[in-house]
Amino acid sequence: MNFQIAVLLGQDGVTNGAIYALLALSILLVFTVTRILLIPLGEFVTYGALTMAAIQSGEPTALVWLLLALMLIDCALDLRLLVQNGFSAHRARWIGLKLGYAVLMCVLIQTLPLADIPMFAQVLLTLGLLVPLGPIIYRLFFQPIASASSLVLMIVSIAVHVAMVGIGLLLFGPEGARTQPFSDTGFSLGPVMLKSQTLWVILVSVALIVMLFIAFERTLYGKALRATAVNRMGARLMGISPVFAGKATFAMATFIGAMSGILIAPITTLYFDSGFIISLKGFVGAIIGGLVSYPLAAAGAVVVGLIEAFSMFWASSYKEIIVFTLIIPFLLWRSLTSHHVEEDEEE
Amino acid sequence: MLLKKSLSALLLGSALTATAAQAEVKIGVVTSSTGPIAMVGTSQKNSIPLLPASAGGETIRYISLDDSSDPTESVKAFKKLIDEEHVDAIIGPSGSANAMGVIQFAAESGTPMLAPVGSAAVVLPMTEQKKWVFKTTQNDDLIAKALVDDMAAKGIKTLGLIGTADPYGENWSLVVAKLCAAAGIKLTAVERFQRQDTSITGQSLKVLMANPDAVLIAAPGSSSVLPQTTLKDQGYQGQIYQTHGAALDPFLKLGGKAVEGTILAASLMLVIDEVADSPSKTIAADYMQRYNDKYGENPATFGANVYDAGLLLENAIPAALEKGTPGSAEFRNALRDALEQTNELAATQGVYSMTPEDHSGFDERGREMITVQDGSWKLLK
Repeated sequence: MNFQIAVLLGQDGVTNGAIYALLALSILLVFTVTRILLIPLGEFVTYGALTMAAIQSGEPTALVWLLLALMLIDCALDLRLLVQNGFSAHRARWIGLKLGYAVLMCVLIQTLPLADIPMFAQVLLTLGLLVPLGPIIYRLFFQPIASASSLVLMIVSIAVHVAMVGIGLLLFGPEGARTQPFSDTGFSLGPVMLKSQTLWVILVSVALIVMLFIAFERTLYGKALRATAVNRMGARLMGISPVFAGKATFAMATFIGAMSGILIAPITTLYFDSGFIISLKGFVGAIIGGLVSYPLAAAGAVVVGLIEAFSMFWASSYKEIIVFTLIIPFLLWRSLTSHHVEEDEEE
Repeated sequence: MLLKKSLSALLLGSALTATAAQAEVKIGVVTSSTGPIAMVGTSQKNSIPLLPASAGGETIRYISLDDSSDPTESVKAFKKLIDEEHVDAIIGPSGSANAMGVIQFAAESGTPMLAPVGSAAVVLPMTEQKKWVFKTTQNDDLIAKALVDDMAAKGIKTLGLIGTADPYGENWSLVVAKLCAAAGIKLTAVERFQRQDTSITGQSLKVLMANPDAVLIAAPGSSSVLPQTTLKDQGYQGQIYQTHGAALDPFLKLGGKAVEGTILAASLMLVIDEVADSPSKTIAADYMQRYNDKYGENPATFGANVYDAGLLLENAIPAALEKGTPGSAEFRNALRDALEQTNELAATQGVYSMTPEDHSGFDERGREMITVQDGSWKLLK
């Protein structure tokens, strides 16, 4: 172990850690606002990466049909509400808008020369396909049971995860995929080559984290979400819609998940079932933050990345064991130091 | 009451049709076309419609079940096929671990089982139960021997190994360690990784520090790509060898420039246009053509393993029909004996000659030395 190796491993650990940090933040965000442990988050990562790969190889990805199908179910439910509650021009327009969006996406995917458009447009298209899935999934599977106990929510969350893995196999096939890097250049830092993709991952992650921070500190919507996280009932009394809060956090989590997938796809091979392990490591980070503290969760996730990198050098056979054993001392420490407040089991 | 009556009538009816159709040979096929090893199972399931439709004047009916890559589900599927369908033989399952779990059920019921799986452990060492198992893939040591011979010929003295932390990688490291010791090649670094790992930097650095003349990567499917691209990124200059696990077209697509010059030993299907004419070539070309016509893509080798199982059965069924009628224990027994007496049967993967000790039956005609050149498979000359 010399300096050069330490730097290479450190670079690797920070890259993965940055992704885990993003995922840890999304898990935390969704959990605090909706009490849902977002187990399908990893699937958004793989969907993002695999959709990007499909677009780059010029295939009209079948994901667009999933979007269309879910959107149709969503709109059918909306229509039923419209009939039950009486016609409202605002709602009707909203349904039209949603359907129009899904159809537009279908047309774009079928007609654009996908492989030849600039990479930035490919990223936008991938996000455009994936991000709406988040709120729809919330609407279809979680909104009807929003006030159920955390355990029920978690079981539904697992069910959604299993379903999404299966659908992923159907949409993308069993082979792994990787995408072209954002740029090919490397930077030399002393004796060590830094890959530009590594810098991209770190830069985008930091930018996203800063954006999240600003959104939550400065904007009204962000403050509304924070209020919901602090006290759901109180926020509701102040006129903050829990449905809106749920959809907004799911959209954000989907965005972050898909973006993480797009970021790491050029560095590694991702499979339809890779997502779970990745989000599980983000989850370890979130646990280190006690599922409440954002900075602690992010720091914890980076630590997970670093430990993973160094343990695969020292003892590659035991890498996963080392990473996941990490959670035990933290759980012990947290359960000893924090005093339990059961605030949402009163319903 | 009415329901009960109609139900029993229905049962009676189905029993009658079952007797009427008894003459046909029933073959169960268990594949993993969903779940983690779907990569293996999909082309196997796709190959079922291409299997021989009749043998010895009897029609063959295939009953296909999916075990979603789960060994427990494989056992359930086997029990269903044996107890409810009374099949005469079973092809499958797709995974090595799945296959290990069902051997005892095949043996207890006396049903021949043709396993298209990689691990030699399903037929070696031969036991009373494994008598019922036949394996339609090349044993690891056959492929490894070819690779190690090539290394020795190239004057390679030290070798690094990066393998998956699963039965595939484990078995390879055992086989390679044995062969290398015999050939005087030193194994200087042995590293493990998981199929879903997003980074293999650590393992690759460890291998680089040992700086062996060559590195062998033993990983199934697309997971064989990441170790190689990582090694190349970090500036490894030596020769890289891959196993037949990498012999899939996605390997070329995912690896790009990083896999140029890789050497591997695998089935002749990858370089079908270049190999010399042989009965195997004709059969493989025909299979690939029909697969391509039906699905619009070339089959993975895994599909051909199932196809070979069909050919083995087609070859064995006429002899078994002389001893018993399909559906009876005598027929299954005779079928097993006939499979074991398979002699010089050319199929897509090579030429099968089974013996009571060797239920895989390949010789060196079951492998070709292949390299990657300009983004496609080429015969190594």
